[in-house]
Amino acid sequence: MAVIKVTTENFEKEVLNSDVTVLADFNADWCGPCRMLKPIVEEIAEENPNIKVVSINIDDEDELADEYDVASIPCVVVFKNGVEVERSIGFRPKDAIVELLGE
Amino acid sequence: MYDIVIIGAGPAGLTAAIHARRAEKSVLVLEASSYGGQIINTPVIENYPAAADISGFDFAQSIYNQAVKLGAEIKFEKAIRIENTEYDKSVVTPKGSYKCKAVIIATGSLNRKLGLDNEDNLAGRGVSYCATCDGAFYKNKPVAVVGGGNTALEDALYLADIAQTVYLIHRRDTFRGEEATVSKLKQRDNVKFILNSTVTKLNAEKRLKSIEVTSTDGSTQTIEVNGLFTAIGRIPENQSFADVVSLDKDGYIIADETCKTNAKGIFTAGDNRTKSVRQLVTAASDGAIAATEAIKYIAE
Repeated sequence: MAVIKVTTENFEKEVLNSDVTVLADFNADWCGPCRMLKPIVEEIAEENPNIKVVSINIDDEDELADEYDVASIPCVVVFKNGVEVERSIGFRPKDAIVELLGE
Repeated sequence: MYDIVIIGAGPAGLTAAIHARRAEKSVLVLEASSYGGQIINTPVIENYPAAADISGFDFAQSIYNQAVKLGAEIKFEKAIRIENTEYDKSVVTPKGSYKCKAVIIATGSLNRKLGLDNEDNLAGRGVSYCATCDGAFYKNKPVAVVGGGNTALEDALYLADIAQTVYLIHRRDTFRGEEATVSKLKQRDNVKFILNSTVTKLNAEKRLKSIEVTSTDGSTQTIEVNGLFTAIGRIPENQSFADVVSLDKDGYIIADETCKTNAKGIFTAGDNRTKSVRQLVTAASDGAIAATEAIKYIAE
């Protein structure tokens, strides 16, 4: 499945009310490590049709970043049933991100 | 069996890979995290010859593509040990062991931490080691910078434009960094100097709320900050190899401009080598030299 762009408007619907595990990638265009991580997150989305992968631009969505205590990016947060279960900060290899899903 | 295993895919390691591949040596590059190394955090590189205005990300991408196109194999595995016998060498990762004729250690360095309780838990929740990476999260909020070198001073100046207040905390009363930057900081109303002091405690709920600062006279104060930017130097990532190559007292691999370590057939390149100038261009230069010396060693 493709990566879904999430904003304050659709966060509740796409992330909190999701029936499946959500991997949320908080990022920004100016952040080098975020750009390194982007293709990995896209691959994970393609290879795992049973989960939902979303991208949140922290420059546009600073309220979401603040609400979820994101103060360093890239920051990947895994939500299950609307609750944060895992988080990783900074660039991580693909294996490490997949491991966060715990599926 | 590879001709050369290179540990680290930063500018030094990837430059070594390019040179080794052009000499038609088989090359495996092992990388624990992302290729490119710490340069990927730099928004704009301004001091590299003939690339006056390139982002660290684009630089890393370009050098990576160049190495891969020339036939370097890259595996994202962390080297945890080098086995060095009289006959051959192996580089060991959690996933396997790679035999080779020569090794180039180009692991770079990591940010030095304060060593406080819950520092790791608060990384990304108030604790940061990169002002240009994370500064944007602290618009109109109070922050502190720890350190006395150029990085700390430049971080403080960068943050002074973004944050409400910047407390600059340094364990001495004079700075190692440039006087010109200190003067600029003194002109800023929102920069407050806290000298002869160290951070002794991080107070947090979900994220950093305040820090305890202890002065050399023994007095303590609590300062409310949302962000703490630590710039107290870097430490080389050489500990895993201390049993095969000699390190200096700060942990750098002892090697001169030839990049040869005390162990035959093991070379080192980049920021983790003993040297006086640690820049992108000197990392690349080391990579070229280490590869050339490794090729010579294999031919012997």
